[in-house]
Amino acid sequence: MARLIRTEKEVEGRFEEVWLVVEEDPLQQWPAGPQAVVGRPAPRKDALQRVRGQARFTADIQLPGMLHTAVLRSPHAHARVERIDLAPALALPGVRAALGPGEAKGLEREPAFGGAAVAAVAADTFAQAHAAVRAIEVGWEQLDVVLDPEEAVARKQFTAEPTVYERGDFDKALAQADVVVESTYRTSVVVHNSMETHQAVCEWIGDTLDIYISTQYIWGVRSAVAKELGIPGDKVRVVCEYMGGGFGSKNDPGEYTFIAAELAKRTGRPVRCALTRREENVAAGNRNATIQKLTVGARSDGTIVALGGEFINAVGASGWSAMTEGPMQMLYACDNVRTTRYGAKINTPPMKAFRAPGFVEGTFGLECLVDELAAKLDLDPLELRRRNHANGNDGKPYSSKNLMECYALAQKHWDRRDEVRARSDGAWKHGVGMASQIWFGGGGPPSYAWTRVTSDGRVTVITAMQDIGTGTRTAMAQIAAEELGLPLDRVDVVLGDSARGPYATLSAGSSTTPSVGPAVRAAAADVKRQIIEIAAQRHHLEERVLDLKNGNIVSADGNLSQPLEELVGLLENAQILGKGARGPNPTGMSVLTFGVQVVEVAVDVETGEVRVERVAAAHDVGRIINPLGARSQVEGGIIQGIGHTLSEQRLMDMETGRILTTSLDAYRMPTIADVPEIVCEFVDVPDEHLTSLGAKGLGEPPIVPLAAAIANAIRDATGADVHELPISREEMLRALREAQERAAERTKESVGAR
Amino acid sequence: MPELELTINGQGYTLDAPVGTSLAHLLREELGLTGTKIACNEGHCGACTVQVDGVPTLSCITLAHTVRGEVTTIEGLRDHPLIDAFVRADAVQCGFCTPGQVVSAAALVAANPDPTVEEIRHSMAGNICRCGTYPRIEEAILTWRG
Repeated sequence: MARLIRTEKEVEGRFEEVWLVVEEDPLQQWPAGPQAVVGRPAPRKDALQRVRGQARFTADIQLPGMLHTAVLRSPHAHARVERIDLAPALALPGVRAALGPGEAKGLEREPAFGGAAVAAVAADTFAQAHAAVRAIEVGWEQLDVVLDPEEAVARKQFTAEPTVYERGDFDKALAQADVVVESTYRTSVVVHNSMETHQAVCEWIGDTLDIYISTQYIWGVRSAVAKELGIPGDKVRVVCEYMGGGFGSKNDPGEYTFIAAELAKRTGRPVRCALTRREENVAAGNRNATIQKLTVGARSDGTIVALGGEFINAVGASGWSAMTEGPMQMLYACDNVRTTRYGAKINTPPMKAFRAPGFVEGTFGLECLVDELAAKLDLDPLELRRRNHANGNDGKPYSSKNLMECYALAQKHWDRRDEVRARSDGAWKHGVGMASQIWFGGGGPPSYAWTRVTSDGRVTVITAMQDIGTGTRTAMAQIAAEELGLPLDRVDVVLGDSARGPYATLSAGSSTTPSVGPAVRAAAADVKRQIIEIAAQRHHLEERVLDLKNGNIVSADGNLSQPLEELVGLLENAQILGKGARGPNPTGMSVLTFGVQVVEVAVDVETGEVRVERVAAAHDVGRIINPLGARSQVEGGIIQGIGHTLSEQRLMDMETGRILTTSLDAYRMPTIADVPEIVCEFVDVPDEHLTSLGAKGLGEPPIVPLAAAIANAIRDATGADVHELPISREEMLRALREAQERAAERTKESVGAR
Repeated sequence: MPELELTINGQGYTLDAPVGTSLAHLLREELGLTGTKIACNEGHCGACTVQVDGVPTLSCITLAHTVRGEVTTIEGLRDHPLIDAFVRADAVQCGFCTPGQVVSAAALVAANPDPTVEEIRHSMAGNICRCGTYPRIEEAILTWRG
């Protein structure tokens, strides 16, 4: 019977209560460790299509009669469109329609950042549309611009009310601490720069809108577009079988979808609206900059007694203020914590979620602070972290936590310190640093899957989720194959189409596998039960003695071993259909992921050049479904993290708000030449309280601790305290100078004391 | 529109295209060879890499009318042993940059069948992968012969 319950749902650290219908009895988890298919390395189901260039991305969709769009974007950080004349654009060759402010969601009359969309033109070719956009005449009234987040906070220009958190008595605890460290950390804007830019192709077929879109959330696009256009959700079909990267920036439709939908309606033709790379760098969202004023108080034995922080998220013109204080509240056992977070509304491009939003930034601050504390106490940084290990999250027990096991895995890498430091030679100083990781990643309901067994003994899993490149399609196939006792090559997965499968959650917040995976297993168990029932009747055996193994129906006594296709082949064109739903997360428990990274760096103290030479990662994300894909997630997160730690710098003119780095030669992402040796280990123990899989997500955890671990390795190598990301040569040389001055000061003091 | 003749993946084409048409645009929009991707359209990322007479070439900043030589795209390399090597090594995440990676790697191993890690890094540094599959790409190229 269907049971209606109220349960908690978390995405990217934001919680909400949702209603949920629970249908199935829970399945028992598989034992820990590799099973027949789950837990064993599997090449991606769709790798061949992707590698051969046969995967059809939104960028590759070519519909008959399709028009192309160019968008007029505000050249000013804050302005009002006083008058606009689209007529000169409409008069140009190939132009079919034009939209001005207010004619589609996202076309602004009062753009609040440079790059905000104002008008759009559809034409036969992109070149024609682009020429037409330049012909649009606009009269601008420039408005007051605020670019400095601290100024915005002083003016109380917030995206949301400040968030204050306190437990215990921070002031009292700090006053009693033996040692206090205070530091200010700054992190910079990071641009997602997915290889496929944000884009959609829209086509009206009767009263149904088909949207082909590069998205992380098919169903989110469906509901947002339906709501905006005032049409039923089922009149919006959203398709995304392959997409070229999102990293958090593609969770919603964006202005390009609304523009394409409106232009398609006006012209009666399919319309593509795709951002150029230069637009992508100003208008597609970014990880926001932060300023973190942090304090830690500890006893001389290293026990942390007080943690406090003021966090400013430089959110931008829109976006949400992520939980930058999260790591400070959650990573360590500390009875007295006080945090305040401000979301500064400024005239810069909008914040969009970027791979563990808030926690990447907050972990940089906190884990640098903790290492500075270790230095001051002359304690081993790993030992300091062990001493402050947390055993609960704000009074809630963890569904599972194996951070100590991660530390144990990291120990051998940590023990390389003397050997690494001894490599220092001349200007090149070598050192080792570490940082811990905490983040969400438990997923949640709802998500659904269907299964279909055909007479050739093959299984298709159908779920309208998306595989954004993380390998979730393959993980789903493995889960179904495991449950059904089938080899992996007998399972296909149909995904990426809201009209052809049931609801599945968004691919963000490390949630796809832990959210959809249990639904897939339940759907596979549903058809398995039916197959056993059919086999029992066919062979006059009891259901309880039958099982599916290796593609065969087998009896416990070994007398029966019939290929699945032989049994279901009896049914000819009949199909066995199953369905499954994701159940709730464990009540009253904190579902989190944990890990630690140990980094080896080399620093040229004369030029400020920093090289990351080795990263060893140990993560605890519950059961690993596909060790091959899991390693790729860890490597990818680490490499992306090296980018925002060392080389990626989004530059803005602080007078005008104009973005100066709009191309990929100016905004420098890592290349293959920047990759260190990466060692990747997992605790790989199922979370016994979390779903029938015990699996958490892995997309985000690997990027969380890296920047702090690099900064801490730099301190180990040089004695310099880095306080800002990216660690440009300027920042590195500044930190080195400061360290030298500090050392000189100390020498003077000790001489004076003598 | 000025006519141009091209040999692409062993096939001859006689085409009309406006002066200024990029090779990438021609391949994708006119010939439907969408395996070649455009990610930046200004020669910074390598996603559009094709070979011209075996030399890796950024097709998004190559004018179609200036091409003198045989063009090989990912569609012409679908049975190259590197394809399986990339699949085995998991050298693909979202896959948008991957065809360009394979085209660059195929040019490398044709010229130098046993490249060192340093040679791989030198040859492949022009192909950006935002997902960070670089270690897997390195492994795929080191093991391309199976």
